[in-house]
Amino acid sequence: MPDSDTLAFADRPEGSVGLVTPHVARFDTPLALACGKVLPAYELIYETYGTLNAEHSNAVLICHALSGHHHAAGYHSEEDRKPGWWDAHIGPGKAIDTNRFFVVSLNNLGGCHGSTGPVSHNPGTGRQWGPEFPMVTVSDWVASQARLADHLGIERWAAAVGGSLGGMQVMQWTMTYPERVANAVVIAATPRLSAQNIAFNEVARQAIRSDPEFFDGWYAEHDTVPKRGLKLARMVGHITYLSEDAMGSKFGRDLRSDDLNFGFDVEFQVESYLRYQGDTFSTAFDANTYLLMTKALDYFDPAATQGGDFAKALAPAQCPFLIVSFTTDWRFPPSRSRELVDALTRAGKSVSYANIESPHGHDAFLLSEPRYDAIVSAFMNRAARELNLPQLAKQELETEETP
Amino acid sequence: MMRADLELIYDWVPEGAHVLDLACGNGELLEKLGRNKGVTGYGLEIDHDGINACVERGVSVIEHNLDDGLSSFCDNSYDQVIMTQALQALRRPDKMLDEMLRVAEEGIITFPNFAYWRHRVHLGLRGYMPVSKSLPHAWYDTPNIHLSTFNDFEHLCREKGLVIVDRAVGVGDHQGHWKSRLWPNLFGEIAIFRVRRR
Repeated sequence: MPDSDTLAFADRPEGSVGLVTPHVARFDTPLALACGKVLPAYELIYETYGTLNAEHSNAVLICHALSGHHHAAGYHSEEDRKPGWWDAHIGPGKAIDTNRFFVVSLNNLGGCHGSTGPVSHNPGTGRQWGPEFPMVTVSDWVASQARLADHLGIERWAAAVGGSLGGMQVMQWTMTYPERVANAVVIAATPRLSAQNIAFNEVARQAIRSDPEFFDGWYAEHDTVPKRGLKLARMVGHITYLSEDAMGSKFGRDLRSDDLNFGFDVEFQVESYLRYQGDTFSTAFDANTYLLMTKALDYFDPAATQGGDFAKALAPAQCPFLIVSFTTDWRFPPSRSRELVDALTRAGKSVSYANIESPHGHDAFLLSEPRYDAIVSAFMNRAARELNLPQLAKQELETEETP
Repeated sequence: MMRADLELIYDWVPEGAHVLDLACGNGELLEKLGRNKGVTGYGLEIDHDGINACVERGVSVIEHNLDDGLSSFCDNSYDQVIMTQALQALRRPDKMLDEMLRVAEEGIITFPNFAYWRHRVHLGLRGYMPVSKSLPHAWYDTPNIHLSTFNDFEHLCREKGLVIVDRAVGVGDHQGHWKSRLWPNLFGEIAIFRVRRR
């Protein structure tokens, strides 16, 4: 993500949803999880942007990626230096246009930004959940999101949209609740993780679990956090989010000072950048949550129950799909998105696919790129047209202008 | 009003067919086929504006370079494969023809006829590479790297043992003038073929 703070609230560009306040929904019906355990009750924190129409037909679900959360757009306070993580795509006049869509963005179960997760209180033991928080999968998330939809009175999403791990949730929605998704946007995702993907996740997990401050996940009770482990995990993850080209053009072999100093302190700019990213993350994210999220990624494999045939797994899906990949993404490269597309065509589903030229690697899905914005806009425009959703702001303007 | 060759092709696609449209452009043929004849399927396109136009009008379109072949599509998985005005821009038009008739039993192909009389005048009398409505590019920047004639294509089909179910030509915005029906290789500007494997 861009590091600049030029998007501070005071300097926000046009098309911002402005100040937003998160809400919390509480669910007291036990949720049976894929791992066999049952979560007796839980809370989900979420934000909404735009207005739900009378028919409740204009709601769009945003699913977040590995380290994402509910704050996808706008600002929490006027002092905020950055907007939500997908502000480039959500807002009035943007690809996901809040002038006609009601956008719902939540923090997933097991998260550390306000939804029930490892940092929450475990009523069963009277202590924090910590490492005892049950393993959650993409299917579990989708089941919990369906209850959030019920809570909000949304029978069917106008669209479910997500990038990376978020895209996997969107796929799961179309298979588990096909009648509840009118359109699906799956960006920079994959039908399943490759051995290399799992290997990188395992390095991240080992970095955390081998930190002496980890205490088998009970670090909170020792008043500490496994900062070094989280930092390393983020550093290795971050390398996989960027492309070689993007790193090359951003840092090259630039040095922090003029001369080599033949030591192990930070010398190259790229080292400095990675350490900074790691440090920031290590104080802002919960280690147990990170472990859970990477496992959810590893476990995602809907084709597994169908003898590896993803087309069969997709058989229940009913909605049109938009699949988007980015040319320099090597974490989930275009060929993985193409696997998805091929499975969808084999299954006879309605699907469109665009491979967007971008230098930014996997991170491109978070950023704005004219062609990326245009294709998502085109898909959402068609969705709005088919659902008979008016362009609210424009219509209001027109009626105002009529004498 | 669609392009003349598309109007003709429209009639050649049976109701409810499952088709692939290679180089589908802005998707107008697939949209019309879908709306009026219940035809399903996908367009393949590489042009960004074309892809966007398809998505906007609700036509399923897949970004795909035809020179990469059709290996991601299974044998006999479609009723027809349509390819309009792209044959001449491919690296191996003959291989594509094989691919089309692997994926479907029937193929519809249109391409600019290089033996069209105006092209002959350009080349034969004036000594320049033809530039026309159907071949609008200069020789140095043309994407059309495999120009052929109505006769050439028939010859290739014979060599491959394919059945020519239908053939027609387009001239400008009209089609089916008596002269072009009688001497298609001379008076047809656009060659239009429907072929089948034996």
